[in-house]
Amino acid sequence: MIRVELPANLRTLANVGREVELKVDGPVTQRSVLDALEATYPMLRGTIRDQVTQKRRAMLRFFACEEDLSDEPLDAPLPQEVAEGREPYLVVGAIAGGSPG
Amino acid sequence: MAKVRLLVGTHKGAFVLTSDERRQQWKVEGPHFAGWDVYHVKGSPADPDRLYAAQSRGWFGQVVQRSDDGGATWEPVSNEFRYEGATSTHKWYDNTDHPYEFLRAWHLEPSLTDPDTVYAGVEDAALFRTTDAGKTWEELPGLRTHPTASTWAPGAGGLCLHTIILDKDNPDRIVTAISSAGAFRSDDAGKTWRTITKGLHSNYIPDPDAEVGHCVHHIAMHPSRPNVLYMQKHWDVMRSDNTGDSWHEISGNLPTDFGFVIDVHAHEPETIYVVPIKSDSDHFVPDGKLRVYRSRTGGNEWEALTKGLPQEDCYVNVLRDAMTVDSLDSCGVYFGTTGGQVYGSADGGDSWNAIVHDLPAVLSVEVQTLA
Repeated sequence: MIRVELPANLRTLANVGREVELKVDGPVTQRSVLDALEATYPMLRGTIRDQVTQKRRAMLRFFACEEDLSDEPLDAPLPQEVAEGREPYLVVGAIAGGSPG
Repeated sequence: MAKVRLLVGTHKGAFVLTSDERRQQWKVEGPHFAGWDVYHVKGSPADPDRLYAAQSRGWFGQVVQRSDDGGATWEPVSNEFRYEGATSTHKWYDNTDHPYEFLRAWHLEPSLTDPDTVYAGVEDAALFRTTDAGKTWEELPGLRTHPTASTWAPGAGGLCLHTIILDKDNPDRIVTAISSAGAFRSDDAGKTWRTITKGLHSNYIPDPDAEVGHCVHHIAMHPSRPNVLYMQKHWDVMRSDNTGDSWHEISGNLPTDFGFVIDVHAHEPETIYVVPIKSDSDHFVPDGKLRVYRSRTGGNEWEALTKGLPQEDCYVNVLRDAMTVDSLDSCGVYFGTTGGQVYGSADGGDSWNAIVHDLPAVLSVEVQTLA
């Protein structure tokens, strides 16, 4: 199973804990993991990737194994540790930095 | 005994406030959608237990929620707002062409007769509609493709469609307002639109009498007199007696005619309310005093309503969707502030009480009068 860790606001929206586990068919890539995440939790559609452009939302980033994968090709294989469920794939929101947001 | 339910959208979630018809003791429930901006929550006139909420956040975009039990539980529905047809452009702050892109929903207006039908006013300015209780949204593209739309430019708050008025006697008529494009009316259920800006005069645009470019902040209508519209423009309080074909100013003796909210008494169509704000550079009330102004003459002659409202050291704003009236015999008036207070009056504005003091900044207030 693939482990995905979500930021707090999305956990509340999806009514899940810090981490969810997903079954991903085929190659384990950022796209296939996000597709599986949205298929399992349809309320997350549009909150991580824009509904129309499918681009990553600007104030979110993707990490795994201490690497920033945000700008890596979506169809590139994720690290083996993620594919084998030993490490989570992290969806991380930018800190507010004291902004009124 | 009748009940009153207030639906409050704030900068950090939504709250549901309920009371009996005395409107003295209130139960506060929330926050729903904690941490999210809730621009608007509104109930269906056809089914008071059916509520819709627009929640958004810069990090995560738009979410739309639906409740079928009066706000006790909520379910996310579709947040896919896809503009119809080829991408068009509007003017950006630097006067360059900028493609229309969906940012958030500002206002949800449920149909007067069908709980599954809701209109959504969004940024960048467009009108959407669901007819399946939020499962899908479709654009009514006639507004965004109006011949003037390529010249619309955003105000500081964005190019937002924030006002949607439906007419119970004429289902084909819809009035909308966009900051800072102006006001528009459809007489064919949203297929085609005309500007309704004749008589508006805005010194902050190159041609003060232009067809578009006016920063309309809010429009209100009494359901029994759909031809009479009241408008709080950026500056100026305006009135139309012909459904917007022409407007005349009714600011009269107001201490300042800048502001955001305007609303109409439930039983007296000539009684209207505004909250004057000092200026567009100082978004707070004048002189440290929170005063609602009431006109019983349809404008021009205004009286300050202060009983129960802070009259010193108060520097809050009241945003465009943050005032509403209930329909009890003694009309209740409610408004929320950027300081997190929600004030209510059970006597048409003669006296006020703070229902809650310390919510996050209030973005919108709607009320349901329940049997």
